[in-house]
Amino acid sequence: MSDNLFEFLCRMGDNTLVLGHRVSEWCGHAPVLEEDIALANTALDLIGQTTLWLDLAGEVEGAGRDADKLAFHRDVWGFRNLLLVEQPNGDFGQTMMRQFLFDAWHLSQLNALMDSSNTQIAAIAEKSAKEVTYHLERATETVIGLGDGTEESHNRMQAALDKLWPYVGEMFTLDDVDAAMVDAGIAPDPASLRPAYDALLDDVFAAATLTKPQDDFGHQGGKSGKRHSEHLGHMLAQMQWLQRAYPDATW
Amino acid sequence: MYAQMIKSTGEGVKSLDEMEPQERAFQERINAGGKIEPKDWMPDGYRKNLIRQIGQHAHSEIVGQLPEGNWITRAPTLERKAILLAKVQDEAGHGLYLYCAAETLGVTRDQLTRDLLSGKMKYSSIFNYPTLTWADMGAVGWLVDGAAIMNQVPLQRTSYGPYARAMVRICKEESFHQRQGYDIMMKMAKGTKAQKKMAQDALNRFWGPALMMFGPSDENSVHSAQSMAWKIKMNSNDELRQKFVDECVPQAEYLGLTVPDPDLKWNEERGHYDFTQPDWDEFFDVLRGNGPCNKERLAARNKAWDDGAWVRDGLMAHAAKKRAAKLAAE
Repeated sequence: MSDNLFEFLCRMGDNTLVLGHRVSEWCGHAPVLEEDIALANTALDLIGQTTLWLDLAGEVEGAGRDADKLAFHRDVWGFRNLLLVEQPNGDFGQTMMRQFLFDAWHLSQLNALMDSSNTQIAAIAEKSAKEVTYHLERATETVIGLGDGTEESHNRMQAALDKLWPYVGEMFTLDDVDAAMVDAGIAPDPASLRPAYDALLDDVFAAATLTKPQDDFGHQGGKSGKRHSEHLGHMLAQMQWLQRAYPDATW
Repeated sequence: MYAQMIKSTGEGVKSLDEMEPQERAFQERINAGGKIEPKDWMPDGYRKNLIRQIGQHAHSEIVGQLPEGNWITRAPTLERKAILLAKVQDEAGHGLYLYCAAETLGVTRDQLTRDLLSGKMKYSSIFNYPTLTWADMGAVGWLVDGAAIMNQVPLQRTSYGPYARAMVRICKEESFHQRQGYDIMMKMAKGTKAQKKMAQDALNRFWGPALMMFGPSDENSVHSAQSMAWKIKMNSNDELRQKFVDECVPQAEYLGLTVPDPDLKWNEERGHYDFTQPDWDEFFDVLRGNGPCNKERLAARNKAWDDGAWVRDGLMAHAAKKRAAKLAAE
């Protein structure tokens, strides 16, 4: 049980870590000052959530690893984040579409986790949900605004959706870790979140004049850690370089 | 000190007797410690000078995101990463307040942005230096934000209301920035041999550029005299630089680091440290565009602006559609 719980907590924490890192790559390069502020704010929230999830993961594991140790001293195969969040930023539209597709899942996951049988998880979920409510609100407005903006912005948003759609399915698949979480009343069955997710996307894409791709094929391998994309290794090379170059240092 | 070499009218300071009644009333209000507000009458020179000064300060906050953003993705711990993100977010926020303050003087943020991107308006010379190790995040917070605070604390009492009020908020955040910088330096200076070496190296590289932030001596400058009469500049550059040195030297000693100035010594008679002036030739080179990172910094800002054009256009087009739909429904 504790192995499965550790895996589950790494999934939550690695999603926020990897996405937080990706979003932080924008710093100083956003299309407008308000977006620079909002992106930094989102990244900051996600990194804060990472600390909570991964500290708890380390505690559950009981091997003396804390959030920093987990974040900066695991290799690609140790990561349990969804493939969606490790995808490169692309243009601003791709970044915001990725954010929207993730936030829509993330918020309903957190809402469900607020009823978790594990009180620590419920507490983290409650704190995170407040922040993610705002993330989803902002991502939704941006997807609608750019989808229903100019011809160019519409085309770019549609291209972003088409590109990222194959990474949506992974959020809703059930594996042994998820099944153990469901049995223990810790987390919801991922598939149970899908109908509300689809309904939200239908509404938002209608307002954004975007077309949801027909093909529901979904890449797998992120949350199980079995096959990440090539992008993650490059991200870690940057993110973990300092800690690995100077392993004796405290910062 | 994110505004350097701001030129005023250059005509020298008029006495009250030489002024027309309107200008005299304006100057008397400033002399009495009153605030000038956006709708009040003000001399053209005052307005232009303030636009340049506030604009340059705002641009510095914006460009200043880049050298620190350079380390956000390589921060050593989750906590350091979060703190640095919060700091850079604050800086973007400072840019926002300052652009708003400048807008009250009748210039738009877009116009100021265009002038930054074309190179017509400047930003502080300090942001044209590279950040090479994690210790640079410490040195930037400690020295660069420290130097900025020297200038900005008095500017909370500046004569132009919106600028003074923006500065009150900015100063609160800047002092947190400086403390976090010094905290990084403490960790580094008390850390492993390699960390201590990084800390000393960062101090060596940032000391001179930090002293340059105050600008060359302006004791005899008519521009400065006018700005001081208008209370949009509160102290001379040399005064502030001295204050900065006096404050930093004991801080460096506490860290066990050496200030890279062999002639630095306490002058009992003056009650201040004697120190070597920074390399002013280098300063003017940087101002002319020949600093180590001038081209990269401006190119990064231009790229962000150009790449973001479709986003701004898209969001504007959507807002216009929404407005039109709302009107049609009424």
